[in-house]
Amino acid sequence: MSIGDYIRSSQIWKSIFRHPAPVDRRNRIVVMLTNFFLHLHPVSIKSQGIALSYTWCMGGITFFLFLVETITGVLLMFYYRPTLEWAYHDIMALRDVTTLGIMREIHRWGAHAMVITVWLHMYRVFLTGSYKPPREFNWVVGVLLLVLTLLLSFTGYLLPWDQLAIWAITVGSNMARATPFLGHEGPGFQLLNLGGFDLITKGSDARFLLLGAREVGEATLNRFYILHCVAIPLVVATLIAIHFWRVRKDGGISQPL
Amino acid sequence: MDPHPDLTSGVVFGLGWFYLILFAMNACWVVRSYKQDGEMHLFGIEVPKASFWALYAALLGMVSIAHFTGSSQPDAFLIRMPEIFKDYADLTIGNSKLGPVLFFAGSIVGFVLMIVLREILVVPTVGWVLLNGSLLLLGLSMTDYDFRQIVAKPDNVPIVAMLFIVGYTTWLYFARAVDNDRRVKEGRPLYEEEHQEKILVWPDLVYSELVCMLVITAVLVAWGIALDAPLEEPANAAKTPNPSKAPWYFLGLQEMLVYYDPWLAGVVFPSVILGGLMAIPYIDYNKKGNGYYCFEDRWFAVSTFLFGFLPLWVAMIILGTFLRGPNWNIFGFYEYWDVHKLEVLNNVNLSEYFWLTLMGGAMPKVDPSAGAATQAVQILVREWLGIVLTLGYLVVLPPVMAATVCRRMFHRMGFLRFMVFSNLMLLMLALPIKMVLRWAFNLKYIVAVPEWFFNI
Ligand code: HEM
Repeated sequence: MSIGDYIRSSQIWKSIFRHPAPVDRRNRIVVMLTNFFLHLHPVSIKSQGIALSYTWCMGGITFFLFLVETITGVLLMFYYRPTLEWAYHDIMALRDVTTLGIMREIHRWGAHAMVITVWLHMYRVFLTGSYKPPREFNWVVGVLLLVLTLLLSFTGYLLPWDQLAIWAITVGSNMARATPFLGHEGPGFQLLNLGGFDLITKGSDARFLLLGAREVGEATLNRFYILHCVAIPLVVATLIAIHFWRVRKDGGISQPL
Repeated sequence: MDPHPDLTSGVVFGLGWFYLILFAMNACWVVRSYKQDGEMHLFGIEVPKASFWALYAALLGMVSIAHFTGSSQPDAFLIRMPEIFKDYADLTIGNSKLGPVLFFAGSIVGFVLMIVLREILVVPTVGWVLLNGSLLLLGLSMTDYDFRQIVAKPDNVPIVAMLFIVGYTTWLYFARAVDNDRRVKEGRPLYEEEHQEKILVWPDLVYSELVCMLVITAVLVAWGIALDAPLEEPANAAKTPNPSKAPWYFLGLQEMLVYYDPWLAGVVFPSVILGGLMAIPYIDYNKKGNGYYCFEDRWFAVSTFLFGFLPLWVAMIILGTFLRGPNWNIFGFYEYWDVHKLEVLNNVNLSEYFWLTLMGGAMPKVDPSAGAATQAVQILVREWLGIVLTLGYLVVLPPVMAATVCRRMFHRMGFLRFMVFSNLMLLMLALPIKMVLRWAFNLKYIVAVPEWFFNI
């Protein structure tokens, strides 16, 4: 008996994989049904649904990039401290001295790539008309994922705490100042007042909510860190689960009716 | 030593690799062309069309070698973007008045040509020529110091990559759509209908996913080794960089700030874009074109989306990233970002046009000490024309459209759908309209109520 066969017939192996290797038709079907990760997929599929020239594989790549970002992001979290004192130093150390500091490069380029692939995925879904019934709702879930992907990238942009970071976030968040009714330089904010006192001021408007302060500062760093590392990823992961579930429930990848 | 050298040894050597890759790509193309393109008559003899490509590839090979051998003396190296081309390009695109007009008009012309000439565009050879042309332009432009400063910024590299990928995917779309349009016309089954064999997910899909993951990982690692993630000086709230730019994917929105105030460009329009995207499936009542590529069956929906994505989003990002410099002035691709470049901005509000120029009088006064109601009336008097025009655009135009040009659409959509749809369309067109008004009449605000931060 070869060593491979020995391992495959051991009790441990069999407790994990409950059937023989997927080398024949029956076991290729069984593997799809019994494996937790694979059961995301159907057992069989129409060939055009997986053709690269049809889906451009962009949804799949976006998902994979999300996983890459999660893994590299967690590794970075072991190292990086989101405080004014340390944030910049830690990033610099990642560049100069840290073993596997390349995780930061992979994380940043992966983030750029994810923004691009999510656009292209939407582009493909539009061009194949896949948002049409019965997939309307999944398109809406997709748009939410698009926003959240951009927000993930935006909140992460601040964390290195260099000039690029704070000014990009300053420019971006200055918009919130002009939110109608809710920004202290937005049209209509004067309407929200109680007995002559403005409710919307520099210290209580939409921008303040976003930054946690009047200017981009330590409170902002903390806020963006939590949003970037915990809050948004949790929502995105949930929505991706719904998105995939709906792809299956709406009849798989779209095809001519 | 020139502190801003157009060519350095490193650049020349790097371009050598660039042309070597281009050579390899074209060598493959020669093989493809030899197999598929057939022959042409040249001076009475039959030669394979591929021989043209072979010549071109050989030329690229020599250019590549020239770069490798010439890299020791970059100053004397001859293959570079001609100065006269750079000067001309900078004088036109870099001109503060003409630049944005040319850029936007150019992207619109390109967009229209792409749709009108799609049957020609999708011929593989045409696509290949376009790809080679843009790569050569990129390669030659890299010989310019100022161009490199911006394009080779690590954070901008993905944008350049994106341009090529968007170009390719758009081409691919048209190739498949034109093919399917022909099939529909000739009554043949769609391409997608011909590829409906049932296959098992293991191994076919699972293995391609595995390969895909490996490729992406490899790309990311290689990219991470080749380019360091940017890290500038430590944050300093007292030192505002000029220009201050939002992250690149928001530069389309930042570009809108030139034409609209932050409450519109930064809050209302982004919300409308997202709401509009979510509304698409509920507005588009056309049942055709679901699950296959096509153009003619849904030309309106596709053209609108392409218009929003290509000239209004991607092109605005290019403009914001590569052409907007200090003080948000416009700069040519090869122009030095001079902080002192002057731009004379003399924009006028519509109400000023009306009261000062047209009526020849003075601006009606708004008394800041008066009560809110009095002020509102005074503002209404001052801005009545702009308010009427804006309301006319957003409130009167949709019913007029419903009764005239969009009668059939209105009928099929129903009231609510049509109102949402027409307002989304009008808001999307609001950007180009304001651009044109700005360029043609220096118009600043259509409705200007700075008292209430309400400028349109
Ligand atoms: C984090 C972001 C996203 C992930 C990870 C993701 C992932 C996926 C995957 C893996 C598929 C299977 C087919 C394919 O790969 O093309 C899919 C399908 C789909 N996606 Fe997404 N997606 C995302 C964002 C979006 C966005 C932004 C939209 C549109 C606005 C969208 C709309 C859809 C629709 C309608 C389908 C069904 C397509 C069909 O049946 O042909 N998704 N998505």
